[in-house]
Amino acid sequence: MLELREVEVSYGNIRALKGISLRVAEGELVTLIGANGAGKSTTLKTISGLLRPKSGTLSYRGQPLGSLPPHKIVALGISHCPEGRHLFGRLTVTENLRLGAVQRPDHEEVRRDIDYVYKLFPVLKERNEQLAGTLSGGEQQMLAIGRALMSRPQLLLLDEPSLGLAPLLVSAIFDTIRQLKREGATILLVEQNARLALDIADRAYVMETGRVTLQGPAMELKHNPQVEHTYLGT
Amino acid sequence: MNLVFYTVQQLVNALSIGSLYALMAVGLAMVFSILRLINFAHGDLIMIAAYFAAFALLAKLPLGVTIVLMLSGTILAGLLMERVAYRPIRGAPDVAALLTSFAVGQILQNGTLLVTRLLQKPNPLAFPVIGALSGVFTFGSITIPRVNVVSLLLGIVLLVLLSLFVTRTNLGLSMRAAAEDLPAAQLMGIDINRVIATAFAIGSGLAAVAGLLFAVQAGQLTPYMGFTPVLKAFIAAVIGGFGSISGAIVGGYALGGLEVLLTAIPGIGDILPPGLVSPRMQELLKQWLPSSLTSYRDAFVFLVLILVLLFRPNGILGRREREELG
Repeated sequence: MLELREVEVSYGNIRALKGISLRVAEGELVTLIGANGAGKSTTLKTISGLLRPKSGTLSYRGQPLGSLPPHKIVALGISHCPEGRHLFGRLTVTENLRLGAVQRPDHEEVRRDIDYVYKLFPVLKERNEQLAGTLSGGEQQMLAIGRALMSRPQLLLLDEPSLGLAPLLVSAIFDTIRQLKREGATILLVEQNARLALDIADRAYVMETGRVTLQGPAMELKHNPQVEHTYLGT
Repeated sequence: MNLVFYTVQQLVNALSIGSLYALMAVGLAMVFSILRLINFAHGDLIMIAAYFAAFALLAKLPLGVTIVLMLSGTILAGLLMERVAYRPIRGAPDVAALLTSFAVGQILQNGTLLVTRLLQKPNPLAFPVIGALSGVFTFGSITIPRVNVVSLLLGIVLLVLLSLFVTRTNLGLSMRAAAEDLPAAQLMGIDINRVIATAFAIGSGLAAVAGLLFAVQAGQLTPYMGFTPVLKAFIAAVIGGFGSISGAIVGGYALGGLEVLLTAIPGIGDILPPGLVSPRMQELLKQWLPSSLTSYRDAFVFLVLILVLLFRPNGILGRREREELG
């Protein structure tokens, strides 16, 4: 479904991605794990068009992505839920969700999808007219995921959904990710919490300083001694 | 003159000048909120609009046609400005964008000067009288210039329409989202080029309306007439809280009110009806608030601006800075 080949990305003189290759198949949950600064978020930003690759190719369902602006990539069915949530804090919960569906003209369906998100996260429904900036961290993460679902993506890019959340909320968010997967979503998950990520993923890539150093089925990587030592702390 | 009538008259003046400032300030604020660009060439759009209107009227075109030509010409100029000058340097440091806006202003001013020469029009150019906007309304002993009433009403109607646009429509919502977090707005699937062009188009249209009303009040045009209005609009936007549309509106009316207050209070001793305050007080007012103080009005305006910046650095409706996504 999604394929990256030898993708390089630089911030000025700093090479953030030094030629990474990865692919995600339809219906798969693939996770990218690795330390801070390994290039995980950069990879997602390159897929969603916020960053331009210096070389290499990205393709989605056979179509090259490299030079498309972000809104065209959303139109193809890719939705990116960014690290740090990046909600529109001065807009209401409902307005944030409406923005997630800004390209869709079908108002009736959009309203139904807003209800779907409210069913997924009932606490958001209670706060629908509240400004997003006034929500708690967990609620904001739920809204960020809900907003990313509003474009009805075929591929969902999730960046650090557990960041800064209490353990109970983290497991709630991961339950939701599992549910989305059961409903047939294709997900590329970036996560620092390697244990959780490997638990729910089908396959995983381990990134280190801009390169993919290990890859394979999540179950296998979970028992790889190197991964155990570096990322699972056992 | 009766104090009540005087007050009403000044209130209308304040609201009418406030409307003009607000109309100009929202254009500055919309562009700034999305691009962090202080577009000083915004004032030259006001000037261009006035010239479009003047040339159309001198060509004996009817008022309706004049207004349509003026609006479309100014909006086109605003869109061109964005496409040619600002889009290529998007992402460059703020100071580069600011300098570009000065350059754009210079080009518009000198271009206008060139056109007036080629058309062999005088400089300054007398603005043709528009019947519908000249003369005064008289209510009892109150007389109010017709153009002030039109400015007030038009300002309020247009600003209400703008508020409805940004809260009720998807494009308006997209504009607010882009203003708050541009990369996140892109991730929603918002075409930011379209949103930015819309901000320039709306800002230019409102500037055109303000330009026409200014020209009627000033009576004559020069290619440099945009400077004072854009400076005032900038002050209004800063007072209200730079980068927010509501802040620009509040700031515009606050500045209008302040200016009229600073014009009206000096000399108040001369117009107070006898018996309202003691003769001694009236003498003191005449002595300490002579009408000659009026000429210091702009100095006081800047004093207030400094005070606002000292005590509310983010303006009346200010908010803290946003965080950036890579």
